[in-house]
Amino acid sequence: MDIPVRYGDYIDWDQLPHLWCPGCGNGIALKGVALALAELNIPLHKLLLATGIGCSGRAGNYVSFHSFDGTHGRTLAFCTGINVTQPDLKIIAFLGDGDCGAIGGNHLLHAARRNLNITVIEINNFNYAMTGGQFSPTTPLSSITSTSRKGKAEYAMDTASLVAEAGANYVASTTVYHTSQLNNFIKEALLTRGFSFVEVMSSCPTYYGRYNHIGDGPEMMKWFKEKTLPRDKYEKLSLEEKQNYIERGKLVQRNREDFLTTYKKRRKK
Amino acid sequence: MKKMFLDGNVAVALGSIRAGARFFAGYPISPVSELAEFCSHEMPKAGGIYVQMEDEIAAIAAVIGASLGGKKAFTATSGPGFSLMQENIGFASMAEVPCVIINGQRFGLSTGVATKPGQSDIMQARWGRHGDQSIIALTPASVQECFDLTLEAFNLAERFSSPVIVLTDATLAHLKERIRVPDPAEIKTVKRKEPQGPPEEYKPYQPDERGIPLLSYFGSEYILKVTGLVHTEKGNVSSDPGVCASLIDRLERKIYDYQEELPPPRYYGEEKAETVLISFGISARAAREGMRRALLEGISSGLIQLQTVWPFPEGAIRRLSSHASKVIVVEMNRGQVTREVERILPEGVEVNSLLRADSEVIYPREVLEKIKEVQ
Ligand SMILES: Cc1ncc(C[n+]2csc(CCOP(=O)(O)OP(=O)(O)O)c2C)c(N)n1
Ligand code: SF4
Ligand SMILES: [Mg+2]
Repeated sequence: MDIPVRYGDYIDWDQLPHLWCPGCGNGIALKGVALALAELNIPLHKLLLATGIGCSGRAGNYVSFHSFDGTHGRTLAFCTGINVTQPDLKIIAFLGDGDCGAIGGNHLLHAARRNLNITVIEINNFNYAMTGGQFSPTTPLSSITSTSRKGKAEYAMDTASLVAEAGANYVASTTVYHTSQLNNFIKEALLTRGFSFVEVMSSCPTYYGRYNHIGDGPEMMKWFKEKTLPRDKYEKLSLEEKQNYIERGKLVQRNREDFLTTYKKRRKK
Repeated sequence: MKKMFLDGNVAVALGSIRAGARFFAGYPISPVSELAEFCSHEMPKAGGIYVQMEDEIAAIAAVIGASLGGKKAFTATSGPGFSLMQENIGFASMAEVPCVIINGQRFGLSTGVATKPGQSDIMQARWGRHGDQSIIALTPASVQECFDLTLEAFNLAERFSSPVIVLTDATLAHLKERIRVPDPAEIKTVKRKEPQGPPEEYKPYQPDERGIPLLSYFGSEYILKVTGLVHTEKGNVSSDPGVCASLIDRLERKIYDYQEELPPPRYYGEEKAETVLISFGISARAAREGMRRALLEGISSGLIQLQTVWPFPEGAIRRLSSHASKVIVVEMNRGQVTREVERILPEGVEVNSLLRADSEVIYPREVLEKIKEVQ
């Protein structure tokens, strides 16, 4: 099979137009994936996009390579079986914040702990968008959503730190505004052996942006630009100042042996 | 062929490996923990993989993933875990992923009695998922059948491109019997076909003349699109009413229309008997012995032992009981198969049942008493 060199070869153009709203960040993240794949020259049949359920979960329909769309939250559990039976396949899991942080939180921790050979792209739009903009575990404290009209009363979950703690080999977070950082992180994640995780803070003007008076797509982009700080700058802030910003950058890059390699060594003993 | 002295759990696991299973994922639970333990050391020896997942939702998900990676795969669980698996079993039916689920039934609902047997997951096996669908469920009654029917379950999963459920129970799981284990060369195994022709034209969900799709695997040059959403033959998402209707119709009929090819009921006892017992699993053992004692006492009786419980073998049961005036269903629950029998038998046939739902197995003498009682 020919090796594509253009990102467009990884997109199934026949399936467009997509169902995402104007100003939605999902397309930017998916393009980031396609650009990285083209740069790395990975043949189509050696690739799988495994998605969760949600707006982000529709991405699989728009790629020209293998795709899998299972049940809400369980994608990484399905991918466990795929990874160990097809070790040469590049698995990219494209998951919503609700999908991998709430209903699939346990599978996320265990997939990271096992150090499966999978790259997770978390589309963190700070809400359950597909079901109408309810708050999710990653929704910041006090945010307005369709189920927290007076402000969310729960603290937010930091999925990137959790995954780093659980044992992943590569963890980074950024936003759909910072596209060159995004594309670079995705590429580094794909080059990692073992579990890699890129949190992509993404625009949802239809719900999160609207409810919190941030505005439309371009306004949300501005918000990401102003509200996020590189990790080193963020760390220098006082505890109080930190409340006004979200950090982005690389958290972890290491080289623990992946699950299958260790499993095979053990069984040979 | 080799004679071996095994329990039901090991016979199931060995049958799976001989059927070609090379992936097991599970989460420990009584009464099938030993089955997982066996797989943890035997699967790698056969070149396969054992993964211990974080829960049963993940276990069945990993099994489905492994099957889509091109390997025959299975899991084993009991009531609480079987409940957790339901959503993903429904996904496997929808996405037509071959896989095998062993449910070693234990007593009761919720945690019940973890170490004692039951047969009360019959309806759950059939209707545990949301949405219309068909499913195959087999019910071995001996350690030999644990081996044979599990092996058959893998073949059926591949042939019908569907999940297949095998229902054992806590007694059978731990019962030891001498069985015949055929050599690998004597075993007929079925493996899904490989797609042919130009990869660009491949449609994973284009059915053959029996309504069965031809799934490739992730990593194949034949690009595979798998989703639990309603999908077209290419595997792309659709909500078109025509696509919805034809998919649901096909999913049901690809199994229903060919149910005569599933393991048929066994018949024991007098031909054209007056009183016919209907039973399955471990209860069928007691039913058979009770029926034998009734015959010795000169009572015209026979036994239909179900090997396939879903789809319910209506035609075969009607045929095998056509001379009977009385039927007795023998089962360890509150009448789940009895209901089916009442539904399918013509009026005029008296349907009785011998039920036990107290965590104990049914004894042959109880069966004999019941046969006498209905005469
Ligand atoms: C078991 C189950 N519960 C609930 C749902 C309904 N549901 C569909 S998508 C979704 C939330 C998606 O949120 P997220 O993962 O953040 O994805 P987004 O739509 O924001 O991209 C929910 C709750 C479901 N499909 N399955
Ligand atoms: S609702 Fe939000 S996340 Fe979903 S497509 Fe629209 S903008 Fe994107
Ligand atoms: Mg979301």
